Amino acid sequence: MSSTSVLGGVVRRREDPALIQGGGRYTDDVKLAGTAHAAFVRSPFAHANVLSVDTSAAEAMDGVLAVYTAADVEHLGPLVAQVPVGALRPLLNNGTVKHVGEAVAMVVAVDPYVARDAADAVDVDYDALPAVVDLKHSLSDEMLVHGDMESNTLISWTGPFGADADALAAVKAGIDEQKSRDDVVVVSQEMINQRLIPVPIEPRSVLADYQIGYGRFDVYSSTQIPSALAGAIGKYFGMALNQVTVKAMEVGGGFGCKLNVYNDEVLVAFASKQLGCPVKWTETRREAANSTIQGRGWIATATMTGTTDGEILGFELDGIADMGAYSQNFTVAIPFLGVFVGSGQYSFPTHWKMDCVTTHTMTTDAYRGAGRPEAAYYLERILDMYSRKIGMDPAEVRRKNYIPASEFPGAVSPMGFPMDTGDYEANLDAALESAGWSGLLAERDAARAEGRHVGVGIATYVEVCGFGPSGLVDLGFSWAEYQMPSAFNGSSLVRVHPDGSATVSIGTGPSGQGHQTTWAQIVGDGLGMDVDRIRVIHGDTEEAPPSIGTFGSRSAAVDGSACYEATQKVQAKAARIAAHLLEASEDDIEFADGGAHVAGTDSSVGWDEIAKAAYQPHVLPEGMEGGLEAHAIFSPGNATWPFGTHIAMVEVDAATGDVRLLRYIGMDDCGNVISPMIVDGQIHGGIAQGVGQAMFEDAVYDMDGNLLSASLVDYILPTAVDLPSFELGRTVTPTDINPLGVKGIGEAGTIGAAQTVVNAVVDALESLGVTHIDMPLRPQRVWQAIQDAQA
Amino acid sequence: MKVSMSVNGRQVSGEAEPRTLLVHFLRENLGLTGTHVGCESSYCGACTISLDGQAVLSCTMLAAQADGAEVTTVEGLARNGELHPVQEGFWERHGLQCGFCTPGMIMSAVTLLDENDNPSEEEIRRGIEGNLCRCTGYHNIVRAIEYAGAKMRGEEPAPAEWEDA
Repeated sequence: MSSTSVLGGVVRRREDPALIQGGGRYTDDVKLAGTAHAAFVRSPFAHANVLSVDTSAAEAMDGVLAVYTAADVEHLGPLVAQVPVGALRPLLNNGTVKHVGEAVAMVVAVDPYVARDAADAVDVDYDALPAVVDLKHSLSDEMLVHGDMESNTLISWTGPFGADADALAAVKAGIDEQKSRDDVVVVSQEMINQRLIPVPIEPRSVLADYQIGYGRFDVYSSTQIPSALAGAIGKYFGMALNQVTVKAMEVGGGFGCKLNVYNDEVLVAFASKQLGCPVKWTETRREAANSTIQGRGWIATATMTGTTDGEILGFELDGIADMGAYSQNFTVAIPFLGVFVGSGQYSFPTHWKMDCVTTHTMTTDAYRGAGRPEAAYYLERILDMYSRKIGMDPAEVRRKNYIPASEFPGAVSPMGFPMDTGDYEANLDAALESAGWSGLLAERDAARAEGRHVGVGIATYVEVCGFGPSGLVDLGFSWAEYQMPSAFNGSSLVRVHPDGSATVSIGTGPSGQGHQTTWAQIVGDGLGMDVDRIRVIHGDTEEAPPSIGTFGSRSAAVDGSACYEATQKVQAKAARIAAHLLEASEDDIEFADGGAHVAGTDSSVGWDEIAKAAYQPHVLPEGMEGGLEAHAIFSPGNATWPFGTHIAMVEVDAATGDVRLLRYIGMDDCGNVISPMIVDGQIHGGIAQGVGQAMFEDAVYDMDGNLLSASLVDYILPTAVDLPSFELGRTVTPTDINPLGVKGIGEAGTIGAAQTVVNAVVDALESLGVTHIDMPLRPQRVWQAIQDAQA
Repeated sequence: MKVSMSVNGRQVSGEAEPRTLLVHFLRENLGLTGTHVGCESSYCGACTISLDGQAVLSCTMLAAQADGAEVTTVEGLARNGELHPVQEGFWERHGLQCGFCTPGMIMSAVTLLDENDNPSEEEIRRGIEGNLCRCTGYHNIVRAIEYAGAKMRGEEPAPAEWEDA
């Protein structure tokens, strides 16, 4: 890295001047001449036969351009899915609808108000059928969600990964054998990890512009995966990739729910092509709840077997995960991510089984953390219950069971995965020191002596992220439906212009992660160039080389590494040019302060001169091609494994059940840090979403499949008064998987937080006999748990 | 119907249906897309604007109800190329990530600091309780508003947390 390295330093974000002045361009802000607006007719039933769809009244309304039903789009086929296990979603369904909010018809009109009026005027006759909502009911196969399928169970994920039935049975038998020992306790608890709605504050929005005569599409979408959307649109409409441009400009939060190609995106493109005008659709908040993917939705029994002095002999998880009605992008693969981290930071044998079942509810898919928060929740909750049972400090029980630092690099988790780097004990020590652990416990005990119900919780996590190796295609993650041959690669193009400014084009699709700043830092650092001279283009498939986008805490580790490698290539060529211009040895060239310098001399040449020469082949070293740009594809050899320790202190009002979060300490390790400011910001937001799950958020379906929490009135998000200021620290254990040594940080806070808070609340209520409360820990539920424990 | 109002110091008028929401009038008729629609039910606060000096939610108000009013949106805060202290605070203290809640959050913070330029952390948190942010956990929004308060009082803001790191 150059002498004026900005990596690890702080620069204000380059995206902010537009966003703080109202200049940010989100999809719904784009106005194209002659744009028509779409609205959807959606099923009010979770399961019903559609008897008739009468569009005549809607079609007769002033300003209505078209009303489309299933017959109009059936030839396009169903919505593509990356892991097509389970039923695929029809683009429009006029047969048997499978969840509330499923699209039945689409209206296009000159104005969004007219489109909504017309959607209300479409008369659909339904014959309602009983719905499958409860997971155990679904697992029983008493009633099938899809009549043409043999079972509601779509797939079962087991761990250790790669173990066949005999090997799994052997792991289980090995744990069971220990249970009869005199010095062993077994703790078991069924727990719900409830469904959540991602709720980015920006609703999803898409604007498709089919250009008559040119025969090509510009599609603006609030998506995390612009390259995949371009590939899907190309496939649906038989167009080459070079005829479809997807632009994801500013994206107002995603958290995984914009990591899908949606039927509405395909349908709006269809309408634009049919009508020959741009067509826009922006979801309402109620549509966002009912028809955009949700996350989590597990019920499982966790069992911990260990000695009375804290040596854990086995962890078992057996449960059911809710896939919803249709499989979309990842859907059934989400619990598989839980397999990766099923044994956390620990070395004990782990036996893991999750059945993925379909229900008459909206599809589940990736929501921040995606399978990993659920896995960490069960492990860390039962570990806490076990610690309580044997009366040991929960921090020390964890310490006793870690995979030791000496096993890294090269450790293989009990779940069968090779891990990159880790030093869990050092991270634990840093967290305990940061929190003032013994003081914290003393403070808790003093409060308890006053009759207050104060609790302290601790939990650790490992995350797996930075996907990933190109070879994942062989595991079935091909993204072939999106025309992405090996989607998980990172890709970047760095170009120096004739005036010495530079552009980096990159395939990521950020939604608040600060990529404008981070990529400019990487390029600026490599080239010794002021970041103000560097333009970053992302989320635009015309400009940037394909990459799967921004999710799974992967952008810095994978695309960032591609950005670094492209920069290195440009730097290498520029060094040759500079050496030639300065009549110096290439080995002595250093880049800093806006140009190249000969080490130990005051001889230098600016980027303007280097670039000018690059575009004049006659002044270049003999045999060198003109131009100054480089492309790099980065395929990591493994995923990365960040980790951390979180500690929370809470107080519960036992009379009302109200929980107050007093302190929250995060000690995270994401390897090297490019921008401490951005990394901390990601952790803040991640923690808030984990606390949200622990204390407030709940996607509640009634037994008829109605989503009762479809508005922000009923789906409760944490507000500023619900959260404290967070106390963050970090340990730094660089990965050896990529040249930047970075692991990824987007999801870590969320993976660590929920169980930390629940552990703290249970600790606070220990004296009242409460051992577990299912999330969210809203007052009514906490109060009820206290009453039940006291009864 | 014809609707007239002052927006960011400029007198504007336009045709609107009686049912047209103020936020749509601002965004569609006037092209002021800085004000965002997040929930259409007055719970998220993304559409917060200043109307006659009060922070109001423009998604649950008709354009017609704003006839004759004085409206300030996020686009009207910076003066002569100089950012409002609240905008500056959000930039300096990383008070935003995706930026979608930011205009509404900033408008609420401006109103909050207009009433009390030296709020405690708790008063800041209460002051922005009606604005949901899904990215920041509010931590750096609170720091941003503290920064702006210090600037408005003519004091030196506390250093950023990452400056000591």
